[in-house]
Amino acid sequence: MTQPILELKDVEKSFGSNHVLRGVNIDVAPGNSLVVLGGSGSGKSVMLKNALGLMSPDSGRILFDGEDVTHDQGKEREAMRARIGMLFQSGALFDSLTVWENVAFRLLNAEKMKRAEAKDRAIATLKKVRLGASVADLRPAEISGGMQKRVALARAIITEPDLIFFDEPTTGLDPITADAINDLIIEQVKALGAASISITHDMASARKIADEIAMLYEGEIIWRGPADQIDNSGNDHVDQFVHGRADGPIQPAL
Amino acid sequence: MSKSGALPNPLAWIGRGAIALFAEIGRLIIYSGQVMFSALTPPWNLTQIGKQMVAIGFFSLPVVGLSAVFIGAALALNIYTGGNRFGAEQFVPNIVVLGITRELGATITGLMLAGRVTAGIAAEIGAMKVTEQIDALKTLSANPFRYLYAPRFLAACITLPMLVLVADIIGVMGGWLVSVYGLDFDSTTYIRNTMDFLTMEDVAVGLIKAVVFGAVIAIMGCYQGSKSSAGATGVGRAATLSMVGAAVLVLAANYIMSTLFVNIGL
Repeated sequence: MTQPILELKDVEKSFGSNHVLRGVNIDVAPGNSLVVLGGSGSGKSVMLKNALGLMSPDSGRILFDGEDVTHDQGKEREAMRARIGMLFQSGALFDSLTVWENVAFRLLNAEKMKRAEAKDRAIATLKKVRLGASVADLRPAEISGGMQKRVALARAIITEPDLIFFDEPTTGLDPITADAINDLIIEQVKALGAASISITHDMASARKIADEIAMLYEGEIIWRGPADQIDNSGNDHVDQFVHGRADGPIQPAL
Repeated sequence: MSKSGALPNPLAWIGRGAIALFAEIGRLIIYSGQVMFSALTPPWNLTQIGKQMVAIGFFSLPVVGLSAVFIGAALALNIYTGGNRFGAEQFVPNIVVLGITRELGATITGLMLAGRVTAGIAAEIGAMKVTEQIDALKTLSANPFRYLYAPRFLAACITLPMLVLVADIIGVMGGWLVSVYGLDFDSTTYIRNTMDFLTMEDVAVGLIKAVVFGAVIAIMGCYQGSKSSAGATGVGRAATLSMVGAAVLVLAANYIMSTLFVNIGL
């Protein structure tokens, strides 16, 4: 078996008395696309932030490419992040910068690339997400939500990472734009040969982009299997989620 | 809260408040240390420092100038009225220049910027936090302390003394305007008395205060912004808290420094 690019072992995280992650075990193999399903408040975002090192787990370990990165700081942490791309739920584009400066942010700041060269790279990457050079000099506030998602995707892939995180990539988009974003994600992840972890509650998106699907419920992974097995999971929680029923073992978060 | 519906124990309430206060002070001190370390060690983000100097310094010129001219004018008028009671109205230029350079130029600039700049920084950083832009910075290997907070800190510490110098000049001019056109002082004598009484030490006192006010203003804005909670309420609250905190700290620091300078004979 190949070594996973990312592995979470018994990761726990609490906020006060709120025990959000209760021992999460998950891994993703290089080049594989894993989708983690979960309802609102199931701990998906916290899991992602722990994996990225934006939060430290209370206990458990996080391995990146076989190395324990759980408590890495400084240079080691940067070395890991240089190989990871992240698409935030809201895009998280810097609104004080132009579109191309956003896309080339890592090149300009961490890698000290010359502006002209970085702009060429940014425009080439924007083309990959079907955006023309004309948007390069606009501000994020001047483009539509779907375009912002594309720009954020371009920013995540410009440095050709080995692992990309997608935090609810289709949230807030109409179904057609959402499908276009899904297509772009599949196309770009395949082109890079990167692994990806997406968290979502959008089943259409999950079915489309996943090689494997896992379900996070009450801070634990309760089911995991190939994407085509999602309808035959034999798990009541997964069934309820997949069919979007209010009745079942999972209580709606009201 | 107590369970049985009895009155909450006032000592417990005071204790909790005190512990929370000390914890907050501790967090603020650690945060300030981190900002200062990032500001005083390379690498420096010169582009960001430049941008912030324009935003914090240059665009504060109108508000600082206007405040200074009115404070100088009111000061001259009050000193004239007070001095009049024992025939000491000829000291108006001396006291105006002393009051403005040692005290009011810096304090007014500090207070105006606690409003304009601190609240602005807190709202901007708070909005960046709640839209995940701070997390995005980290994932893109940019340290928010070096990219966001240190440039604001340095820009405020550099531009505040410049603004105070402007406030000093315009404040003294405000006093001169009122004295010459309202109180029948002779312009030449007024300016000569001002220049004779003006000392480099007095100006230096104001400028040293300004550097400290700059630090307070930038740190309070960044601190409250970076711990802002989600939503428009959270960001609004951060802006309010930062502004009030900065204004109070500016006045407290001003008093402490004034005491210190008097004691060392500056």
